[in-house]
Amino acid sequence: MIAHAIFFYTFSIIAVVSAIMVTASKNTVHSVFFLILDFISISCLFIMIGAEFLGMIMLIVYVGAVAVLFLFVVMMLNVAQQKNQWFASKDSSKHIPVGLIISTLIFFEIIIVIGGWKYKPEIFDINNSIVQTSISNTHSLGQILYTDYIHVFQISGMILLVAMVGAIVLTFRQRSGVKRQSYIKQISRERAEGVEVLEVQSNKGVKIDD
Amino acid sequence: MIDIGLGHYLTLGAVIFSIGVIGIFLNRKNIIVILMSIELILLAVNINLVAFSIYLGDLAGQVFTLFILTVAAAEAAIGLAIIVVYFRNSGTIRVEEIDKLKG
Repeated sequence: MIAHAIFFYTFSIIAVVSAIMVTASKNTVHSVFFLILDFISISCLFIMIGAEFLGMIMLIVYVGAVAVLFLFVVMMLNVAQQKNQWFASKDSSKHIPVGLIISTLIFFEIIIVIGGWKYKPEIFDINNSIVQTSISNTHSLGQILYTDYIHVFQISGMILLVAMVGAIVLTFRQRSGVKRQSYIKQISRERAEGVEVLEVQSNKGVKIDD
Repeated sequence: MIDIGLGHYLTLGAVIFSIGVIGIFLNRKNIIVILMSIELILLAVNINLVAFSIYLGDLAGQVFTLFILTVAAAEAAIGLAIIVVYFRNSGTIRVEEIDKLKG
């Protein structure tokens, strides 16, 4: 129990501090790295609490794919000229109090809701026995993911496909001056425009002009 | 304090959610950080779902976390593609200068 508490506080403090650094850091590249640290510590929390599959998936998807995507875009776009300032200009910091008030309001609303929650005492006792069965987390997740939630699962696959096609279509750019193969033109060539039959006179030869 | 329960995880989710909201409100630098704040908010939601799923013994929460992960990845890909196209067209991604829509 002590070890659980120590690990929880360690990982959650790392997560909160790195989340603050994501928003507060001056350099955008540093924000991306703090985002990666945040995801890693939260996935450690997931693994610790018993959701191993989600923790690992989170490491693969977020740290392996999404964060690297962010890093690519940050390094590809020219954001280096504004990295040594928090705000673009002086007069853009007028709305900071409003933002802080709204955010703290949201935070305290959530805390009030959580703090006022009364759990039935038996709800944990019943279900702890269900969680600690012999099959692993991944096994039980797969058992319901491919049976009860199969339609939602397939729809999420479609979402990924649409996102992939959309990203390609958005960033695709037709460059001029690039020679490329055109299958339509190749296939639709007729004999008349490709071949010319000439009457070759002896001792004259044929002059080919193109 | 030592006995870690559901409330601790929900509080952690609330803290990270609020930090994400603060990031959206206060950021005036570039729009990529706003996208990262949205990722933080989705992460906080995931923490809540997983905590409830573990402590109530219902696996549906973890399944929905998986779907939120999917949608978040798709959203990041599309958002970054839009940012790249915008930068190619206008040469800036500073939040103040993105005012073509006159919002």
